[in-house]
Amino acid sequence: MTQASRTTEGAEAGGEPPRRTAVGGLARNLAQRFAIGIALVVVVVVFGALKPEAFLTTSMLQGILGSQAVLVVLTCALLIPLTAGDYDLSVAGVLMLSQMMIGVLNAQMGLNIGLVVVLCLLAGALVGLLNGAFVLLFGVDPFIVTLGTGTVLGGVVLWIGNSTTISGISTGLTDAVIVYRFMGVPLAFWYGLILTALLWYFLEYTAAGRRLLFVGRGRAVSRLSGLRVTRIRWSALVASATIAALAGVLYAGTTGAADPVSGEAFLLPTFAAAFLGSTAILPGKFNSWGSFLAVYFLVTGTTGLTTLGAQSFVQDLFYGGALVVAVCASRYSRRKEVRESGSL
Amino acid sequence: MRPTEQGSGRMTTTDQDGPVPLVEARNVSKSFGGVRVLDAVDLDVLPGEIHGLLGENGSGKSTFIKVLAGFHEPEPGGQLRINGEQVPLPLAPGAFRDYGMSFVHQDLGLMPSLSVLENLRLGAFSRVNRWAISWRAEARAARVLFAEFSLGLDPATRVSELTGTERALLAIVRAVHEMRTLRGGDRSGPGLLILDEPTVFLPETGRRQLFGLMREIAALGSAVLFVSHDLDEVREITDRVTIFRDGAVTATVRTATVSDAELIQLIIGRALPDYSAERVAEEQTTDDAAVRVGELSDERLASVTFSLRAGEVLGMTGLLGSGFERVPYLVFGALPAATGSLEIDGERLSLPAMDPVKAIAHRMALIPADRQRDGSVGSISVGDNAMLRVIDRYTSWHGLARRRMARDCERLLDRFDVRPALPGIAYQSLSGGNQQKVLLAKWLSAEPRMLLLHEPTQGVDVGARAQIYRVVHDAARAGCSVLCASSDYEQLALICDRVLIFDRGRVARELRGSEITKERIAHECYTLADRAEPAGAGPPGAPADR
Repeated sequence: MTQASRTTEGAEAGGEPPRRTAVGGLARNLAQRFAIGIALVVVVVVFGALKPEAFLTTSMLQGILGSQAVLVVLTCALLIPLTAGDYDLSVAGVLMLSQMMIGVLNAQMGLNIGLVVVLCLLAGALVGLLNGAFVLLFGVDPFIVTLGTGTVLGGVVLWIGNSTTISGISTGLTDAVIVYRFMGVPLAFWYGLILTALLWYFLEYTAAGRRLLFVGRGRAVSRLSGLRVTRIRWSALVASATIAALAGVLYAGTTGAADPVSGEAFLLPTFAAAFLGSTAILPGKFNSWGSFLAVYFLVTGTTGLTTLGAQSFVQDLFYGGALVVAVCASRYSRRKEVRESGSL
Repeated sequence: MRPTEQGSGRMTTTDQDGPVPLVEARNVSKSFGGVRVLDAVDLDVLPGEIHGLLGENGSGKSTFIKVLAGFHEPEPGGQLRINGEQVPLPLAPGAFRDYGMSFVHQDLGLMPSLSVLENLRLGAFSRVNRWAISWRAEARAARVLFAEFSLGLDPATRVSELTGTERALLAIVRAVHEMRTLRGGDRSGPGLLILDEPTVFLPETGRRQLFGLMREIAALGSAVLFVSHDLDEVREITDRVTIFRDGAVTATVRTATVSDAELIQLIIGRALPDYSAERVAEEQTTDDAAVRVGELSDERLASVTFSLRAGEVLGMTGLLGSGFERVPYLVFGALPAATGSLEIDGERLSLPAMDPVKAIAHRMALIPADRQRDGSVGSISVGDNAMLRVIDRYTSWHGLARRRMARDCERLLDRFDVRPALPGIAYQSLSGGNQQKVLLAKWLSAEPRMLLLHEPTQGVDVGARAQIYRVVHDAARAGCSVLCASSDYEQLALICDRVLIFDRGRVARELRGSEITKERIAHECYTLADRAEPAGAGPPGAPADR
């Protein structure tokens, strides 16, 4: 009755192709997996051809790679609760909090930067604990809870930072993030790359990652299989807030200052990258390499348009549009999958 | 016409509204993925009659109703006349309203957080745009309507504050009201009210009230199509009854002319060969129970107590609403119990404090009836679904040993005869029977002490069914205590050493050994209601009050 001719997701997870895969299906599948990578290449070629003197330069490449590490890390943070089936809209708020804590504690009060970074991560974990408490103890939709806590954090940031930009952050941090380079690319990029690889490993190669996926896909199944669903969802929210705090540290290091508002602008690109990434590499599944590619596809697109003379509002058009298109695409492929499996 | 169509001629002559049936179905068939679920059904519903539809789960009653609702598309070749007029098949969704039909489904379709009045007018507002609703006038009209059917409902009350009976009555009055407001259209006729098992969760007094309401409706010239499991109810309220078995109509009879035994025979069909010889030897010492459940209660069950030996297969069954199907979930801690205790291997656990983690720690396994929702994740691979319970065994210093896991999984799938035995494919691409075998593999690979099954062969083809029985049998022989809650009497007769029959939340009968036959189980289920009823229940076949 439920004999699927072809299903995309899950098939890759076990690494074994279904017996009845047609060649056409395989090609389609490969095209889907690498769609974003291909799109990235196309974007580079098109802008490179249109404006080679501005676009095809080493400094442009280094700039794009280095500047987006914060977004890569923040997207990694978001992927964890998304995999567990929960939204976390407070990630940008946590990033701002962590960034402002560095401004206040390090630049203004002169605390040691290493200690401040640890405090930032702890603060992030605390926010995650609170999110989890509201979601799981009171049974409130995480979408609403994290929307609220994210906004509260924005207010806290304005409050503790006196609504001003604080500069003078320890050069130790800026050196470690953006000044020092490896293979000509700022260290921040490599941090993002390493985190992406670690998250991939966690989601694909550990039992905990598998459990996270089961909790996200089937709460009832997970509960009846003896998974501690509450604990797992809570841990996911704590992990996401802690990694978001790390993204805040990188952001402070990238800009060398702490400003109370610019971090808000990360929220939408983060979701756009996460959802767009879920249509590639392992289509139908939130995955870190897909998101990594999505981040660089989105930024290359916007940067290219800007070098062509487009105004800065194209960035919003591009990111917002990408989010909607990505979500539609993933819904469509899921619907197709349901139709093909012909469930009764 | 079928030869079994007794008494229809008599109906036509006695009926004042003339011989035109409200609904005339001829040769209506329907298949799902090659399985015939409706087989050339002929059915007439006459104006002013209360017509019962009887049959086991999956006999085709609901599918037929859904064809009338335009939800299922019947196969070509069938015909449907409504009020004497040939209608095109499939009916367009919602077209039933134009023909004067109104449905009350088992879940009633009420919104608990809204008021009685809002619920009453929900359907009307959803079809017609109205820009100035006068709630005062609406409330007045509602009171008039309730008074007509002598219901003491306040239009302003929230539905969540009503009793179960009041909700059912509200849903039915709403359906009648809608049917009436639509009457007067050229095609609507006298109206047909279709009730899909509205009584299963009602107390006795509620049923009486509901039957009174149904009779009033019929007396006004409309027809009522009443779907039920309960012989006693059908006998009390219907004029004629149509019995379904395996998708076909076995007979349409005047209710007053048949006996209970004849009806049961029509419902379950011929006798089956006897498998009781295969059963394990009875009468071991009574005190070797491996599992004991005491005083289990929840919202539907009252002090259920039973015990299970190692290697025993205990069946539980009853009619819809008897509560038997909750037992596996309560014992596993998947549903909250109000009271109760579980003794397993000498350890005593409180059931209200039970949860699945604890149950698994005591080596219990639950195979739920709803595979899609509770059993497995369709979009994840077969391997991950099957190995979820034991995934920790494959964690090494370098993460998950995916290759070893896939290899072991393939072996496991082979052992349980899952076809194809490929861990990598998506779970939802397997057939129903193979999906169920994967779940058995998942749980039985941990060698449980107690296996809880709920409708283990639902949506499973015949071949896979036999394999599943074998797997359960093997588990029992290896010393596992098996509890199987099922409404498939044939299945219970095949695999159980003992069967408990539930009625209104209690264990009402226990069948053992050679008593366990499909007929006997059916007989007990369908006749328990008679015996449990307080004095005043008329003799079988008491005429309806018209």
